[in-house]
Parts: sequence; C-alpha cells; structure tokens
Amino acid sequence: MKKYFSFFRMRFTLGLQYRVAALAGIATQFAWGFMEVMIFAAFYRGDKNAFPMSFSATCSYIWLEQAFLAFFATWMMDNEIFDSILKGNIAYELCRPIDIYNIWFSKSVAVRLSRAVLRCFPILIVAAFLPAPYGLAKPESCLHFCLFILTLVLGLLVTAAFCMLIYILTFYTISPQGLRILFTSAADFFSGGVIPLPFFPEPLQNVIELLPFASMQNVSLRIYSGSMGPDKMEKAILLQLFWLVTLIFTGKILCRRAEKKITVQGG
Amino acid sequence: MKKIISDIKLYKHYISINLRCMMQYKTSFFLSAMGQFLTSFNVFLGIFFLFQRFSKVEGFTYSQVLLCFSILLLEFSLAETFARGFDTFSEMVRQGEFDRILVRPRGEIIQVLGSNFELTRIGRMLQALVMFFYGILNSGIDWDLMKILTVFCMILGGTSLFAGLFILQAGLCFFTLEGLEIMNIFTDGAREFGKYPMAVYGRNMLFFTTFFIPYSLVQYYPLLYLLGRRASPVYTILPLAAMWFLLPSLALWKLGVRRYTSSGS
Repeated sequence: MKKYFSFFRMRFTLGLQYRVAALAGIATQFAWGFMEVMIFAAFYRGDKNAFPMSFSATCSYIWLEQAFLAFFATWMMDNEIFDSILKGNIAYELCRPIDIYNIWFSKSVAVRLSRAVLRCFPILIVAAFLPAPYGLAKPESCLHFCLFILTLVLGLLVTAAFCMLIYILTFYTISPQGLRILFTSAADFFSGGVIPLPFFPEPLQNVIELLPFASMQNVSLRIYSGSMGPDKMEKAILLQLFWLVTLIFTGKILCRRAEKKITVQGG
Repeated sequence: MKKIISDIKLYKHYISINLRCMMQYKTSFFLSAMGQFLTSFNVFLGIFFLFQRFSKVEGFTYSQVLLCFSILLLEFSLAETFARGFDTFSEMVRQGEFDRILVRPRGEIIQVLGSNFELTRIGRMLQALVMFFYGILNSGIDWDLMKILTVFCMILGGTSLFAGLFILQAGLCFFTLEGLEIMNIFTDGAREFGKYPMAVYGRNMLFFTTFFIPYSLVQYYPLLYLLGRRASPVYTILPLAAMWFLLPSLALWKLGVRRYTSSGS
C-alpha cells in the first residue's frame, strides 16, 4: 500500500509543476462555462417551465463541471501509459515487485487530482462572485455539501477505473486509437458532459442513470445544488459504489489475464 | 501570373503527396475520421435532446439551428483541412523545421499550407452536410438565386475567417515559441458555440463577434437573410467582409517571419 501511495505522491507533485499550462486551462474553462451559461439562459428565457432543474442549479452545475473538468474528462488520459504499452517500456514495470493495475490507478488519480487542484480554485472563486442566478450558488445545505465531497471523490475513482479499462484493453488491441475514440465520446455524452442528464427525455434518462457513466460527474454536481431527492441520492451513491467495485474488479481480471500472455513491443 | 500557376501546381503536388502518405495508414485514417465524426455528433445530440424539451431558442427552431450549426461546422472543417499546417505550426517552429522551409526557393505560406492536408476532417464535413440538407428541407426557406449565393459567400467567408485565425495562431508562435492554448477559445470554442446563432449569447457578444472577430458576419446576419427576416441584398455579400480578418493575420505572420530566429537544432 505504501509504495502505491508514494507513486501517487510523486505523480501529484510532478503534476503541480505545470502552472502555465494550468493558466491557459483556466482561461479556456472560463470561456466555456460562460458560453454554456449563456446558452441555458437563452433556453430559460424561451420556456421557463420546460426546465427540469432550477436555473441557478443549472449554472452551479456548469461552473462545477468546468472547475473539476480534470476529475471527470475521460479524454484526458495518460499518454505515458499508452506509450509504455506501445513502445515496450512496460517491461521495466513488469520486472518490479508491484501490481501494474494499482500503480497505474494511483498514477491516474494523482494526475487528475493535481490538475484539478491547480485549476479549480480560481474558477470556483470567480464563479461564486458572479451575479445571482448566473454564478455558483451556495450548496443546498451542510449535509448536501458533505455528500457532494464524498460523491466527488467516488466519481473521480469511477472515472479513473473506467479509464483503466481502456488502458488495459490496449494490451489486447495494440492500437488504442479506435477504442479510445469510441469510449471517450460515449462517456462524454452519457455522463452529462454535453448537456446535464436531467435535460434528457424522461424514459432515456432512467436508463442512462443506471450506466457507469452516470456515476462520474452527474451525481456530485447534482447533489451540490439539491436537484436530487433524498431516495434518489441514496440510490445514486449505492450505484457509484457498485460501479466502482465492478469496474476495478473487471479491470484487475483483464489485467491479470493480459499480463500472463503479454508480448512486449519494441526493442 | 506565371508564379501563381506554378504555385497552384506545387500545391496540387503537395496534396497528392499528403494523400498518398495518408493512404498508407488506412485504418488510422478511418479511425481518425470516425473520431472527428463522433465528437461533433455529440454536439449534435446535445442540440437534438434540448429541442425535445424546448421548441425554440431566441426565436430559432430546431431545423434553423441545425442549418446554422452545419454551415459553421462546414466552414471550420474546410479551414482545418486546408490550413492544418498553420494550426500545428508551433511544432514546426519548435523543432526547427521552419528553417528548412526558409532555405527553399518558394514562398513560406504555400509550403506551410502544403505541409499538411488533413483529410480526416471529412468525418466532420459529412455530418455537416447531412445536417445542412436536413436544415434546408425543414427550415421553410424560399430558395432563390440570391440565397444560394449567400450560402456560398458564407462558406467562403467563414473558411477564410477560420483560416485567418489559424494563421494568427501560427504568427504568434514566432513570438512565444510554443503553441498558445488560449487561441483554442477562438477556434475550437467558435466551432463549439457557433452551433447557436450568435444572438443567443446576448448583445455584447454580438457586438464583439461583429467588429472584432467577425463570426457573426458569416453566421448570424446571413442566416437572418436566408430565413427571410432581413430583405436587403447587402446580406448576400456581407460574409465576404469577414475576409478582412486575413489582413492582420497575414501581417503578423509576415512580421514574424522577418524577425524569426531559429530555435531548433
């Protein structure tokens, strides 16, 4: 356990070095958040009654999404890991007395965490000071805030576990390109990255909410502003736990199988 | 004149090299094209599902929004296909590749243009075309010659505008030596948010996108003309006015080339 934690710490401190890149990221996220808010404001002006959640909750959702983008964006994957599989550097890691799955998992969580730590605060602070319905509102209650933090962490872990599946499937397919495109665009859409899940038509929404993608950003961002009822929250958190265990379990089995018949690429 | 003809010949040759090179990796080409398709397909699905719930946004219906989005997407993809060399220019400067261009007895612009012909964007163009035809059939537009001409002007003006942005981005690389990620707001951001007519984003944004970076000239105003909400024939050629953006971009590029000092090995 200790060695995985130190890998995590190493990657985390390394990630904190990229401050200029973070500045550019912050500017982009602001522009994105701002434009998203404007779009939803226009729809809100058109038909207030068709809104599935309050307008202020929608804006909070958008700003939190931008602030914690690095937690949940499945397309931000670690190219180092893909390279190690494609170019054969993985041979070094296989020699060490460590578990590949655990190492990669702790690395990916560390990268996501360091990116978010650098980016989230300026966005959160400015968004909190924007005029009332357009900015980041206060959390619904203290309990909601605590649950928000809990589900945020669970969502991060689910996202990382999902990305692990893509890394591991690269063992089987050699070229990551196709799988990566397919999985990341599905994840982006079904996790509520394009439009929040409550905006989907009701029947479709009920199905999507059971998928692992809904256990990523959807739960925590909606709990924050109280747009989920109590029993719905309970169900969502249990689903998050279920998917986390399932994804990790599947990933570990696939990884074990891949390690047994691995062909090291490159020379 | 002779020089222009020989430049066109050279450019054709560049394209043919690029295409042959790409076709050596057919699977990779196909997957990239599919990726391009899927990312903008997500944007389309977002619009589709929002309009299941809402009937109009700022007075525009679903098919009108699709028409607007498709034309902008087509312009962007065309610009990216042809001017991708400028989009990835930071790599060229950083690796000192640009030195090789300077020592050849041909213009720099034609060589950078020819360095990359990104046919994978065809995935996006296909989607744009499908939405375009859907939009045309369902927007209730009375087509006449002027309106068809307007669409062509929109595509020409918009492609030039995006190409101008890529050239501006490349020109800035001479001064910063690395790619400016912030420029993505104006290129990828415009592709992403140009899906709705600019008026959706409020008056200030409309002002900014009319006079500073003229997205509205190729998107919002001609769209109003197409939908019959404006009558003046000026709107037909208005999109061409967006081409002025090429001037400062090219000027900055020229300035950059003049004070370029190599960074590569």
